[in-house]
Amino acid sequence: MMDLSITTRDLNLWYAKFQALRQVSVEIKHGLITSLIGPSGCGKTTLLRCFNRVNERYGYVTTTGEIRILGKNIYDPDVSLVELRKSVGMVFQRPNPLPLSVYENVVFGLRIHGERHELERARLDEAVEKALSEVGLWDDLKDRLDTKASTLQLEQQQKLCIARLLPLKPEVILLDEPCSALDVDGTRAIEELLFSLKGRYTMLIVTHNMAQARRASDECLYMLLGEIVEHRRTEDLFLHPQDPRTAEYIEGRYG
Amino acid sequence: MTLHGRWEVGGGSRRGAAWSVLFTGATGLATALILAMLAVILVNVAWHGWPALSWRFVTAGTEADMFEVGKAGVFPMIFGTTARVILMTLFVIPVGVTTAIYLHEYAHTTSVLTRVIRTAVANLAGVPSIVFGLFGLGFFIHFLGDRLDLVLHPDNPKPIWGKPALLWASLTLAVMTLPVVIVATEEALRGLSPGLREASLALGATKLQTIWQIVLPNALPGILTGGILAVSRAAGEVAPLLFTGAAYYMAELPRSLTDQFMDLGYHVFVLSTQSPNLEQTRPILYGTVLVLLLLTFALNATAILVRARMRRRQRAAG
Repeated sequence: MMDLSITTRDLNLWYAKFQALRQVSVEIKHGLITSLIGPSGCGKTTLLRCFNRVNERYGYVTTTGEIRILGKNIYDPDVSLVELRKSVGMVFQRPNPLPLSVYENVVFGLRIHGERHELERARLDEAVEKALSEVGLWDDLKDRLDTKASTLQLEQQQKLCIARLLPLKPEVILLDEPCSALDVDGTRAIEELLFSLKGRYTMLIVTHNMAQARRASDECLYMLLGEIVEHRRTEDLFLHPQDPRTAEYIEGRYG
Repeated sequence: MTLHGRWEVGGGSRRGAAWSVLFTGATGLATALILAMLAVILVNVAWHGWPALSWRFVTAGTEADMFEVGKAGVFPMIFGTTARVILMTLFVIPVGVTTAIYLHEYAHTTSVLTRVIRTAVANLAGVPSIVFGLFGLGFFIHFLGDRLDLVLHPDNPKPIWGKPALLWASLTLAVMTLPVVIVATEEALRGLSPGLREASLALGATKLQTIWQIVLPNALPGILTGGILAVSRAAGEVAPLLFTGAAYYMAELPRSLTDQFMDLGYHVFVLSTQSPNLEQTRPILYGTVLVLLLLTFALNATAILVRARMRRRQRAAG
């Protein structure tokens, strides 16, 4: 049996009075790409945003139940959000590089978390080269590290948004429809990048694009109305769905 | 009626076209009227004020008889007005920006407290400036100043803090211009994409780090716009200074924050109401008004230049 990165038990979430997640119990395996699919409003993005507790930015959110990441319940009162978000990185729908240079985007995490001795120029340089190489941007950008990140192409921006997570050595990378702002080539590039990062990081990807889930993920979670309907190997889920609701969704009868 | 017929200019739409011409004309006329008024004021002031301008006029002080041509100089007033505007900026920007940050980044938008603060800010903007003058006199001079004297100089019979002063006038102006800065800063904060804050928070930055390192630097041009508006509003104000710091005449420049000061705007008022011979004083009056206008423009231009530089730097480095 493979190691588990994330396990949730009886997770419920309300936006004010509206219940967005119902009794979600799920196990996410380490090092795999797990996709979350389902029609709009099914709670897949909400679930994703529970894993780094970024949902709580809004005061009217109530959460009950348990989420264990690396064996620790992230809703325990003694959990540090800063530490949690170091180990659980997030990539958003629209590439949102910080309004800084390429270089500063990559080292932003180190700067805010690092001890002074870790912030020597040489170490930062090394981290930048490593992270940008991992996402395949180094050759393109090594001579333009000082340019403003928002002037890059969208695909490069999104890769940069992944790269800036890596120096923090995250356990999990959450991706919220990371390709929805990209064209076909950009989408392919990001998917290939995720594939190359597989094994080292646990990746969860929310997608509206069923074909993408099918292409790019090892396991797949189908959600409907805040509940998990089915969670299996992607191939099995698409070829032999167990639940009639899943079958109808992947045949495109609703969504 | 055929579809084709609808597109023809019929009686109804001909009347519409007439209204349209009339309305366009009216808006143009209104604009022209404003431009004309501005031109009349500027040309008039420049025309009559220019002869009075001389190196001596802007660099010399005035003697006790300030109404006589040749003896008048406005340097103390230029100094006083500049000083009070700069001091005001130093007070109003930190307080206004902090308030805006609280309102936009921390407070719940729906809470009663937030709504009360917003209403208060809006109402503060509508208070006549003379009322601010009275507030300054009552709060800063008599409430704060008198107590400071009591604590710091209990043996000194003459008030040091409890009298009109540069400090109190600047603070009064700061209170008056607070809403401008708050509203402009909030606008700037609202204009930032929410993705920006989430990006930083999701990387594990604390709220404080996010605000300090990401939000504020990007809101800076907007904040400076607030500063510019505050400077424009405050530079020409006289009413708030009447009770709080402006002096009719001072032989010397103010040396500390607790000294009174001479002020260009107030001096215009003095010249036009206190002169024994208005005809004779008129050139000085025009000259002073021209200097006041130029100074206001200069203060504004400085702030605008600072903002432009900051934008450029942000574009280059950010």
